[in-house]
Amino acid sequence: MASADTHRSWYKRNEIAITPWLFLAPAMLFFAVYVIIPIGQSFWISLHEWDGLGEKTWVGTANYERLLGIGDQSIDRKFEVSFWNNLRWLVLYLLAIPAGLFIALFLNQTVRGIRLYKSLFFFPFVISQVVVGLVFSWFYLPNVGLFEIIIGFFGLDIKGGVLGNPNTATYGIIAAGLWPQTAYCMILYLTGLNAVDPEQVEAARLDGAKGYKMLWYVILPQLKPATFIAFVVTIIGALRSFDLISVMTNGGPFGSTRVLSFYMFEESLSEFGFRMGYGAAIAVVLFFIMLGFIVYFLWSMYQDEKGAR
Amino acid sequence: MFPTPIEKSSRQWQISYQIILPLVLIAWLLPLLAVALFSIKPDADFTNGNYWGVPSSFEGFTNYGKVFFESNMPRYLMNSLFITIPTVIGAVALSCMAGFALGVYKFKGNLLIFFMFIAGNFVPFQILMVPVRDLTIGLNLYDTKTGLILFHIAFQTGFCTLFMRNFIRALPFPLIEAARVEGVAEWRIFWFVVLPLMKPALAALAVLIFTFIWNDYFWAVVLTQGPGAQPVTAGITEFNSQFRAAYHLMSAGSIVAALPPVAMFFLMQKHFIAGLTLGAVK
Repeated sequence: MASADTHRSWYKRNEIAITPWLFLAPAMLFFAVYVIIPIGQSFWISLHEWDGLGEKTWVGTANYERLLGIGDQSIDRKFEVSFWNNLRWLVLYLLAIPAGLFIALFLNQTVRGIRLYKSLFFFPFVISQVVVGLVFSWFYLPNVGLFEIIIGFFGLDIKGGVLGNPNTATYGIIAAGLWPQTAYCMILYLTGLNAVDPEQVEAARLDGAKGYKMLWYVILPQLKPATFIAFVVTIIGALRSFDLISVMTNGGPFGSTRVLSFYMFEESLSEFGFRMGYGAAIAVVLFFIMLGFIVYFLWSMYQDEKGAR
Repeated sequence: MFPTPIEKSSRQWQISYQIILPLVLIAWLLPLLAVALFSIKPDADFTNGNYWGVPSSFEGFTNYGKVFFESNMPRYLMNSLFITIPTVIGAVALSCMAGFALGVYKFKGNLLIFFMFIAGNFVPFQILMVPVRDLTIGLNLYDTKTGLILFHIAFQTGFCTLFMRNFIRALPFPLIEAARVEGVAEWRIFWFVVLPLMKPALAALAVLIFTFIWNDYFWAVVLTQGPGAQPVTAGITEFNSQFRAAYHLMSAGSIVAALPPVAMFFLMQKHFIAGLTLGAVK
């Protein structure tokens, strides 16, 4: 009894110091095992040659040298293509932000049924990317697809169809990705617009602010939190692009639509073999690209935290 | 370029706005409407080249019937459900606790742990892929729902903790202090004071995670293989190879696969949007 009593009083005395750790323990355990530690393991694996089953063979930085073409070998062609495609994704995906803002401004009215309109415009985001990919690949079908018919009206023709032509395939997939992403940005801006101060807008109007000046100097500053989140989710979304590519072209035609995330998967898990070490090296490169953004996001959030204190 | 509120603008513009609105919506949803149209067409329409015209007969029931009775689709749907629901419960439970710890207590490393959760949430999946797959095989959980569930819970905890912590931060702190002065044990404060106030956050996260997990494709492909454990996003590819080029069935299958999160969204719209904006935009 006495020991139980001292135990309890020790716990009681330190309750406020111990409780947070007890509450954190399960989440931290899960997160460490499945997220934090695997990041380190991937670094380790990337220094080996490994088929996923047998023994790992230490190869040092050989995987990276082959990937980036250091020394007397030339850069991995597939890696090069993937990297440039990733850049295309990053740049073009950002179009979702102005497009979302534009639709939000258009829908920011009070007419009958506008709530339903807003939800229907948001619709594409709720659907899985696999289905979006399928839907768009039918939309792009050569000869019979709706897209081909529409551009046919303007006398245009894409040889092999949008997804069959190496020059257009990546753009076709990005357009498909922009559809749900624009919907996401739109909803962020719609909620942001709710908080815009109508009196400020009115005052600016009296001062003669019009057109893009009104947007740039009066509205956008008030939408800054929404823009930040839109930026974060769009960058992450662009670099995570995998589902659409896998469903729509599976990397083809002639490997022209590969991005790093897809190439990594292909190297480590597809029929081309189980080159886990090489795959891990690609993942590490992708991680470092992402890390630049992650650090920037965290830094911005940290500034906010300091402001809140 | 900030449009004047419609009720203050001219009558003409009011009317044209009301006319433009549905037209823009139709253009926006065109790809989806096309699939919906596909899914009620008979097979013959496609062989005759009638892709976009009026269906020659209504075959909605036959097509959807085939999806439900002549394919593995119902199995995949059940798998999705049995993966999604435990994940939602697990991730929300873990992050409630973690969010409470990070939101209420001041201790060394609080912000560091919080930022670790956020950073982990942004990491590319591929850097986790090989080790997580390896771990899952090691635990004998490859190609099981449990294997997927465990990973999803862990990964979603990052986002959920971010959300919960910010939500708890915004709660009135004096409430907690008052309870402490009364001598209420800390876990009781969590259970009886904080948790009841978190209901909107719980609802928001639940619908959001439901959608995320239901729509996951990458991990489904990495950690599972056949109809035994694969969710519907991965199953749809097998479904499509079964009905190769049968557009009417493939589109019916896609609609069925996409429907549950859509239903969730329309039922819980307010919570869903609150969740998406991370609660940061009010």
